[in-house]
Formats: sequence, structure tokens, C-alpha cells
Amino acid sequence: MHGLINRAIQCFVTDAYGSEKWLEATRVAELDFVEFEAMMVYDEALTPRVLDAIAQVLDRPRNEMMEDLGTYLVSHPTVEALRRLLRFGGVNFVEFLQSLDDLPDRARLAVSDLHLPRIELREHAPNRFSLVCDCPVEGYGHVMMGILRAMADDYGALALLEHQGGGNGTEIISISLIETEFAEGRVFDLGARAG
Amino acid sequence: MTGSINTALDVLCPMHLLLSQTGHILHAGPTAQKLRPDVDLLGLRFLEVFDLKRPRAISTMDDLRAAAGMKLHLRLRDAPSTEVKGVLVPGPDADQCIVNLSFGISIVDAVSDYALTSADFAATDLAVEMLYLVEAKSAAMEASRKLNLRLQGAKIAAEEQAYTDTLTGLKNRRAMDHVTARYATWGTQFGLMQIDLDWFKAVNDTMGHAAGDHVLQTVARIMVEETRDNDTVVRIGGDEFVVLLPSAEEMNDLAAIGARIIDRLTRPIPFQGKECHISASIGVAIYEPSGPYSVAEVLDNADVALYASKKSGRAQLSFYDPSLRAEDQDETADARRA
Repeated sequence: MHGLINRAIQCFVTDAYGSEKWLEATRVAELDFVEFEAMMVYDEALTPRVLDAIAQVLDRPRNEMMEDLGTYLVSHPTVEALRRLLRFGGVNFVEFLQSLDDLPDRARLAVSDLHLPRIELREHAPNRFSLVCDCPVEGYGHVMMGILRAMADDYGALALLEHQGGGNGTEIISISLIETEFAEGRVFDLGARAG
Repeated sequence: MTGSINTALDVLCPMHLLLSQTGHILHAGPTAQKLRPDVDLLGLRFLEVFDLKRPRAISTMDDLRAAAGMKLHLRLRDAPSTEVKGVLVPGPDADQCIVNLSFGISIVDAVSDYALTSADFAATDLAVEMLYLVEAKSAAMEASRKLNLRLQGAKIAAEEQAYTDTLTGLKNRRAMDHVTARYATWGTQFGLMQIDLDWFKAVNDTMGHAAGDHVLQTVARIMVEETRDNDTVVRIGGDEFVVLLPSAEEMNDLAAIGARIIDRLTRPIPFQGKECHISASIGVAIYEPSGPYSVAEVLDNADVALYASKKSGRAQLSFYDPSLRAEDQDETADARRA
């Protein structure tokens, strides 16, 4: 798995729970290092092991922890750059949802060896969607749930999300859009660059 | 007719301008108007608002019309004097023309300067994708740069370790080879001392290895103290040292430094209530970039001089002279005959 993903998981634990918890998780996962390098590629098997270790160390259900990870990725100041890159996807939440199919390609444009799982948006009605996520790591759908929840807030949209379960390496999220302009949302200034 | 075309153009190319026969602006697309939010562009002359950089020598509307279809390099005359690209086509009515503009490479600054949003670009325009890429690439480059810095730090630390004699903290033979190779490349003249400790084996044998180690560490400290920062002190073997002195290339300087080292090393070194007695023999040679000797030969010359120091009673310093080598050979020959 790409270092950017592993590094993001590490930042999530250290920013939200402190570096002690992260060190403990690396011990439980039996890593022989404590820092992931963002620009290196790691063995695929490492990531699920680290995620299991974190859930164990934090003593939280793994799915809940995965959703928190997703929320963290778009709402924490440390990873503001990521929120901005996602906001380039569209001017409102629906456009953003429709841009998700392109997400793996967008990621690869930026970092050529970063392979994100395929995701596919299905539109059932103007305000009802489902998102089919390829899940090379179990629970990736829950991470997407967290991301979608936080992005809906970011756009000021009100949406109900439900994880529909999955199997055969895919997970499905149902999305019901109640209101597109429910709240102010956060400002997205095209010219402001994340530091 | 013109009205509906304007409406269509506002969507398809929101940064277009419609010009009259006299070159006055008849209509400005919504994004084009954002270039000068405080000025009503309508009625202004196009060439008064924009300076045409290329193609050169266009100053009249007739010239401009003749450049239809060509890529125009323009710059706004007032600040912020953003550079834009453009293309002109005749129409829609007779004697009118349309100029469509784009920020080109100025896009990154332009979105800040004019507070543009995604809605200011046509849905088919790649501008927003380009902004996305600029930002994504900068973030990726920053992550790579940080990784490079860390790797470089680790490399320096590893090299430092590989170049250091762990007992004394002096440089080792690898480091010496590296430094002399650099001096040879740069054409740096330097003095080279081969230093052998006298009576060191006796200290080791009678007082133990701990005393021997202590003596070596003390000797190392003294050599560093008696040389300058840009000199290199090397432990090349058990009790053998080399000092490279780029700052002391004169024989007088070298003799003075060598004498001080011998003087200090001859003083007893206390260890656990006892005293260790050693001294040092030194052979000196000078590397000259345009001289006849290679670095390896200079090292060997210093070794010959060192042998001469030992032979003439130790605690001595000798400079290399080719005659020493002749004596050396005579003796070797004598030894062989004996």
C-alpha cells in the first residue's frame, strides 16, 4: 500500500489520540519502524495489520474507527491539502459525488504510483445514490462513509448515509440527499493554497 | 441575433469580448468583465485596455483584424497587468469581431488576483483541473522533498559512521582516501604526516588494553588540538596515524606542528594512578598538485621519512628526501646480504 495512505493512518492516530497510542499500535502490529514515509511504497499486508492494531489499542470497533479515519481525512487541519483537492471535484455536493468515479485517476495524476480503490456512483433518483467501493482492505467503505459525511458538511449539504454491507471485496453505501444547501458550508477559495 | 449569440458565448467562453468595427468593446463575457471589476469595459477601446505583445507591430484595428485566427499574446495595461492569451474571429455581424481570452500559464496568480471560482470557467475549460494538478503536484513534491531531506540526513550520518574510527572518533582510512582524492581533484597542496607511537606496544603489554585504549584516545585528542579545523587527523592502524594539513604546506609550519605533537606526546599520560610513557616518530612529505608524486607516492615518501625518524632515535621528525630512500635501499640490501 502506498506510503501516503499509511502515513495518513499514522497522522490520524497521532493527531487524534497522541503519539503514545501510535507507538503502541506499531508494537501491536509488530512493525519494526514507527514512521511511515509518505513517498515510499509498503507491503500490502502491512495496512490491514496496522488498522487491526489501532482498533485494538484504541479499544474501539474497527468499522467505527475506520469512519473516524475518513472524517479526519477531510476535516483536520493537518490534512487540509486533501480537503482542497477533493473540493476541486465539484462546486456542490452532487457534483462532488459525480466526480468520485474519477477519484482514482485524479490521485494517479498527482502521484503516479498511488492506486486508490475504484469507486462507482449509481444514481437511483435525483436525490438518491449508492456508492459501490472496491475494498482491497476490509472496511474501506467505512472510510468513504466518514469522508462523505465530512464533505457533505463541507459543502453545507444534508445527507443521510448508510453502510449497506458488502462482500466479494466491495462495500456499498447508500446516500439520500435531504437538502443541498442546508447550511453555509466551508469556503473554498480556488486561489488559496493549503500550506 | 447578436443577443442570443452573446448569451451562448457567455456560457461557452465566458472570457470573450465583442468588438465593434472601431475596436470598441460592445459586450464582455462575465469572466472578462471580472478582469476589471471597477471599470465598465463597455465602450472602451480594446487596444487601450490591452497591450498586444505578439504578434508585434499591431497598433490599429485593421492590423488586429488581419491577425484573425492567430494566437495573440496580450497584457492588461493597468495593474494587475496579467498576461493573457487570445484569439480573434470575425463576426457575428459584419465589421464586428470576437476576441476570446484565456489566462494560459498565468492561471494560478489570476484566480487569486481576480477572486475567481469554478463558476467563472466554462464547464469544458480545463482551468480548474489545471489548478487541481498544480496543487496536487506541489503537495506531492513537498512530500518528496521532505523524504529527500530525511534520506540525505541519514546518508550523511551513515557516511560519518563509515568514515570514523570508533575508538578515537578520528577519521579512518576510508575517510583519508576520500579526502586525498578530493584534494588531488581540486589541485590542493597539502602537508602529510605519518605518525607512529613509540613504546605503545610496551604500554599495552604491561598495563593492559584499557590503558592502551586510553592512551590512543588521549593521543587522538592531542593531535586534534595541535592541528587546525580543516586539517584531517586519521587513525590508519593500531598505533599509526596520518595527518593531512592543507593549511600548513610550508616546511616551517609542518615542523612546528610536528614538534608540538611530539612534545605533548612525550609527556607521561596518567591512567588509574599510573603513568603511561610513549612518544611519537613523524615522517613528513608534501603533496604538490603539479609535482612528480601521486598521493600514494607521497604517503609512501612520508613512510620512508618516518622510518628515518625511528632509526635516528625516535621522538623525531624527518622530512622526506630522495636520499633517504637510497639509504633505505642500501640498508635493505645490507640486510639481505647479512
